[in-house]
Amino acid sequence: MRLEPRENTPAWMVVSAPVIAILVSLVFSAGLILWAGAPLGGAAVALAKGAFGSVYAVTETLTRATPIMLTGLAAAVAFRARFWNIGAEGQLYCGALAATWLGTGAVVMHPALMIPFLFLIGALGGGLALLLPVVLKSKLKVDEVVTTLLLNFIILLFVGYLLDGPWKDPMSMGWPQAEPIIDEGVLPAASPRYRVHLGLIVALLSAVAVWFTMRYTVWGYEIRAVGHNPEGARFAGISINMTVLRVAMISGGLAGMAGVSEVAGTKGYLTHEFSPGFGYTGIAVAMLANLHPLGVILSALFMAGIFVGADSMGRAMNIPTYIADVMVALAMLCMLVSLMLTQYRLKLR
Amino acid sequence: MHPDLTTIQRGDRMTVLQISGVTKRFGSLVANSDISLTLAEGEVLALLGENGAGKTTLMNILFGHYTADEGTIQVFGQELPPGQTDAAIKAGVGMVHQHFTLAENMTVLENIMLGTEPLFALRSATGRAKAKLRDMAEQYGLAVDPDARVGDLSVGERQRVEILKVLYRDARILILDEPTAVLTPQEVDQLFETLRSMVAKGLSIIFISHKLHEILAITDRVCVLRRGELVGEIATAEADRDRLAEMMVGRQVKRPDVDHMAPGAPVLELGALGVEGPSGHRAELANINLTVHQHEIIGLAGVAGNGQSALARVLSGMQVPNAGTIRIAGDDVTDFRPTTFMDLGVGRIPEDRHTSGTVGEMLIWENLISEHMRQAPFWRLGGRVIDFAAAREFADKLIEEYDVRCLSKEMPARLLSGGNMQKLILARVLDRKPRFILANQPVRGLDEGAIATVHERLLDAKRNGAGILLVSEDLDELLRLADRIVVMYHGEMSEPVSTRELSPRDVGVMMAGDLSYARQLNSGAAA
Amino acid sequence: MLEQLAELVITAGFWAATIRIAAPLIFATLGELICERAGVLNLGIEGIMTFGAMAGWMWVFQGGDLWGGVIFAAFIGAIWGLIHAGFTVHLGLSQHVTGIGLTLFATALSAFIFRVLLPDSTTPPKIEPFQNINIPGLSDLPFFGEALFSHTPMTYLAFVIVPVVIYVLYKTPLGLAMRMAGENPVAIEAQGINVLSIRTGAVMAGSALMSVGGAYLTMSAFDAFYFGMSQGRGWIAVALVIFASWKPGRALFGALLFAGFDAMQVRAQQFSTADIPYQFFLMLPYVLSILAMIVMARWARVPKALLTPFRRGDRV
Repeated sequence: MRLEPRENTPAWMVVSAPVIAILVSLVFSAGLILWAGAPLGGAAVALAKGAFGSVYAVTETLTRATPIMLTGLAAAVAFRARFWNIGAEGQLYCGALAATWLGTGAVVMHPALMIPFLFLIGALGGGLALLLPVVLKSKLKVDEVVTTLLLNFIILLFVGYLLDGPWKDPMSMGWPQAEPIIDEGVLPAASPRYRVHLGLIVALLSAVAVWFTMRYTVWGYEIRAVGHNPEGARFAGISINMTVLRVAMISGGLAGMAGVSEVAGTKGYLTHEFSPGFGYTGIAVAMLANLHPLGVILSALFMAGIFVGADSMGRAMNIPTYIADVMVALAMLCMLVSLMLTQYRLKLR
Repeated sequence: MHPDLTTIQRGDRMTVLQISGVTKRFGSLVANSDISLTLAEGEVLALLGENGAGKTTLMNILFGHYTADEGTIQVFGQELPPGQTDAAIKAGVGMVHQHFTLAENMTVLENIMLGTEPLFALRSATGRAKAKLRDMAEQYGLAVDPDARVGDLSVGERQRVEILKVLYRDARILILDEPTAVLTPQEVDQLFETLRSMVAKGLSIIFISHKLHEILAITDRVCVLRRGELVGEIATAEADRDRLAEMMVGRQVKRPDVDHMAPGAPVLELGALGVEGPSGHRAELANINLTVHQHEIIGLAGVAGNGQSALARVLSGMQVPNAGTIRIAGDDVTDFRPTTFMDLGVGRIPEDRHTSGTVGEMLIWENLISEHMRQAPFWRLGGRVIDFAAAREFADKLIEEYDVRCLSKEMPARLLSGGNMQKLILARVLDRKPRFILANQPVRGLDEGAIATVHERLLDAKRNGAGILLVSEDLDELLRLADRIVVMYHGEMSEPVSTRELSPRDVGVMMAGDLSYARQLNSGAAA
Repeated sequence: MLEQLAELVITAGFWAATIRIAAPLIFATLGELICERAGVLNLGIEGIMTFGAMAGWMWVFQGGDLWGGVIFAAFIGAIWGLIHAGFTVHLGLSQHVTGIGLTLFATALSAFIFRVLLPDSTTPPKIEPFQNINIPGLSDLPFFGEALFSHTPMTYLAFVIVPVVIYVLYKTPLGLAMRMAGENPVAIEAQGINVLSIRTGAVMAGSALMSVGGAYLTMSAFDAFYFGMSQGRGWIAVALVIFASWKPGRALFGALLFAGFDAMQVRAQQFSTADIPYQFFLMLPYVLSILAMIVMARWARVPKALLTPFRRGDRV
C-alpha cells in the first residue's frame, strides 16, 4: 500500500470529504442502533424530528450549536497553526468564571455596554487560561496537548471550589451554583418560548470575523504560514513565537466567549456541569469543517442537530443519548481519512 | 606522493567485485552512464568526483538501494540480484554512509546488533556480540566501548561504530562514502590506520572522496567519475594532485565571459565570523573574513558540507553566529533575525526552494508578497488587512516580468515546476532592489532555459549595483558568472581569487583542501 | 498540620493505598511508554482506559471470570491500538488528532455500550472484584505485611509487568527494534526490518496494557463502572512518561511517587477545613503532572523519531 500525493484536488472532492465522513459515521451508528434493538427507520425519523422537526426543535438545535460553534472556532484557529489546544473546555469555564465574577452585580451597565463587556472579559479569561501552556511551549518546548488537558481538570476543580464556597448563591437552597447574571447582562432570547439567544448572533459574527482575519489580514497569513511550513514562515520573517501567542489568545478567547454565552444566555448562572464537553466537541466540529471558519458554522449546526436529535431519539426509542457522542467522534476520525484521501492517492501494491 | 601500501601486481589477486556497463537514469537525468570497473582483493580503490558526478548513485546500486537500468554487478564471482540490500549484505558488501544511521540515544552495542538476530529470539546474545567486537577491535584496531551512548561519542568514534556495524556482518568489501568529510586530521590518521589493517587482512575497500591528498595517501587505484561517466582510471603511484584535479573537474578551458565592472562600495563585510558545530564536531564556520562590493559577483565554491550551509543560514538571519561581525552596506547587524536582513536590503535566495523558499500550501500570489506584506500599499484600514487588489496586481506584475509560468496565481505554490518556483523566489527578492544578494544554489535542479533566465537576472542585478555572493556546486557556473571566487573547506575560507585567469583545476585543488593555494595564485607564484 | 501529615505517611495503610493507586498508573504509563518509545504518541490512552474499564467489568458482569476479563480487556485494547496504528503509522495521519478522536470515540462508545446492556440502573451495578490475597508468611510481617503483601492479584500483576517490560525492551532483539523505531527508523529499514510492523505491534501492545490499566479500576480498585471513571489518569500517564524520561524503571518510580502524593492528598482531606478546600487537594495530581513535565523538559531525552511518521522510501 503506497500513498502518492495528488497534484491537485478537484473542488468536488474537498466538499465531499466531510459528507463521506458523515455517511460512514452514520452507517456505523446505524449498526449500533440496530444492536441496541431499535428500529432503524423509526430512529432516523426520531433523530431528524428531534433536530429539525418543529420550530422548537430548530431553536433547540440553534441553542446547542452556539457554544460549539465558538469552541469549534477556537479549535480551528489553533489547529491551523498546529497549536494543539485541547483545553477549550477549561477556557470555556474560565470565560464563564470571568462573566460570573463581574457580571453578577459587581459591575452594572446598560445592556448595550454590559453584554459586550461580559464577552470581552470572558475572552480575556479564556485567553489567560492558555497563557501558561503557550509560554511553556515557546520557552521550554513542553507539549501543549498534555498541559492544556491537565489544566482542564484543574480549572474544573477550581470552579467546583468556587461554587461550593465563596461564590455559592445564598438563594440557591444549598445547590452549588453561582449567583445569576444580572438582568443587564443576560443575553436576550429570541422569544419567551424559545431558548435560542443573542449568543448565536455572536457566534455567527465570530465565525465571519475569524474567516475574515484568516483570509484577509496579515495575522491570518502568518498563522497559516506557520501552520503549513514553520521553516519557510520563519525565513520570510514571521515570528513563530508571536504568532503562536496570538493564536493562543484568539483561540482561548473564543472558547471563553462560549462560556459567557452559556452562562449569560442559556443557563443564566454558573453550575458545575453546565458544559457537557462543549470544549471537546468543538474539536470534532473544527475537524469536520476542515478547520474552515465558515465551515464551522455548518459543522456546528449539524453536530448540534445530532445531539438534540439524539436526546429526543433517546427518549422515544430508548437508545442511550451517547450515540450522539459516538457519531460525532467517529465523524471526526473519518474526516481525517477522507481529508487524507483528497491529498493522496491510495495505491495498493 | 607515494602510497604507503605496497602494491602487488593486480594479476596476482582475485577480482572480488566486477561492475559492468551500469547505467542509471532518474527521469531525464543520467546519473550513471555505462560504468564498468573492477576491484581486486586487498585493494583500496578510490572513486573520485565532484558532487553530482554519480559516485553515490553507483554505490547505492551496488548496495541494493537503487536498481540499475542496465548492466550487471558480480561480487566474488556471483551475480548480485538487483535492488536487494539483503543480498548485497549476504554477499559481503558493506557500506558506511556519509550520513550515519545511528540512534544517538542508544549504545554502540545496540546500534551494531540491530537486525543481526532473529526478531523473536528470547534473548539478545549480548555476551557473544561483545566477544566478537573485542576480537574485531584487536584485529583491526577499532576500539570502542560497546556500552557507550552513541550521542556521547566524537564523530571519529561514531564512524568507527559504523565501520564495526559493517564488519560485524562479515563484510569483505567495504564502501566508504566520503568518510573523512567530518573528521579532524587526527581522526583521519586513525581511520587510515584502520583501513590499512583491514586491507592487510584481505578486505577490499572502495573509498569515495573528492579529497585528493587523502586519495593519494591511502589508495591503490583511482577511478574518476564526471557527470555520470567514468572518465579515467589511474594507478595512484602514477597520479599526482594536479592530474587528478584536472580529471575531476574537466579540461574545460572555458573563458569566463563576465563583464567585470569596477567594484563599488562594500555591501557585505564579514569580520571573523564563526559558528560552532554540534558538540564533538569541529566548527562549522571558522574566522570567515569576506567583503563583497557593489557591481560584483563573488562565487563561493566548495564541496557541500564544508560550511556553506552555516554561512547561508547566518546571512539569511536564520542562525545567530557565535563570533564575528556582519555589516550590510556599512550598517552593523546587531539583531540576527530574518526581518533584520530583509530590512537592511539583503535579498536571500535559499538553497531549498520547498522548505525555506516557499510555503507550498499557500497560493502563488501569497508567496510572492511574503516579504512585502508589511509595507504599503498592501495594508489597508491603517491596520493589518492585506489589500487583496494591490497584492494581486503586484503578483500579476511580477509573474509577467519574471515569466513565472503557472495556470493561475491562485494555485498552491507547490504545483510550480522547479524552474518557475525559483523564478517566483527571484521575483520576490529582486523586486525589492536588494543591495546584497545571497544566491544559494540558485539553479540547482533546473533545466537549461530556466538556468539562463536566472543567470540573466543575477547579472542584471549586478549591473544595477547589487553585490552578490553566489554559492554553487557547479564550477562552470561560478567561473562563468563570478568576478572573484572564494573556496570553503572545513569551515574556513580562502582568499578571493580573480576568475580572469583561473582554471577549474586550480579551484579543484583548493576545494580538495589546499586553501593557501589561493595566496599562491594571487601572488602569481603558481604555475 | 505537617506533623499530622508526617504521621500519616508512616502508617502501613498509607503505603498500601499508594500501591493500589499506583497500579493502574503503572499499566497506563508503561503502555504509553511502549508506544512512544516506538515513535508513536498515543493520545487515545484516556479513551482506551475507559473502554478497558467497561470491557473488563462487563465481561465479569455477564458471567465471565475475572482473569478472563483482564485478558478480554487486553485484547480489546490491542484492537484499539491497531486502529490507532492504522491511522498514524500506516496512513501517516496526525498523531495528535487521531489520539484525541479515539479518546472521544472510545469514551462515548464505552458509555453507549454500557447503557445499552444495562438500561435501568440508577445506582451502578456491581461485580465481585479481585479480592486481596495475603501472601502466606509475608503478609504477617508487621507493617510490611499490610503495606506490601496483601493486595489483589491484579495489583501484583502491575508490579510484575515492570520487569517483564524492562526485559523485553532491553534484552531482546524485538525490544531493540522497537526502541530503534523511535530513535532512527531508517536504521531499521536498512536492516530489512519493517518499521511499520514494528510500530504497529508496539502500539497494540501498549494499548493492551493501557486497557488493562483501565480494567484495574473496575475490577480491582472498585467494583462498578461509571462515566468519567478515568478522571484524566490517561493524561497523567502521558505526563509521567515524560517525567520518567521514557525509562520503565523510572516510570515505576514516578507512578509510585505520584500515587504517594495522591494517597497523601486523600488522607489530608481530613484536615481540610475552611483553610484548604478539598478541591485543592484533588488538584494536586494534575498540578504535579504539569510540574513534572516542566522539570523534565530541560533534561529529558526524547526519542528522536517520536511523532515522525515513516514513509517507506525515505532515504538518508
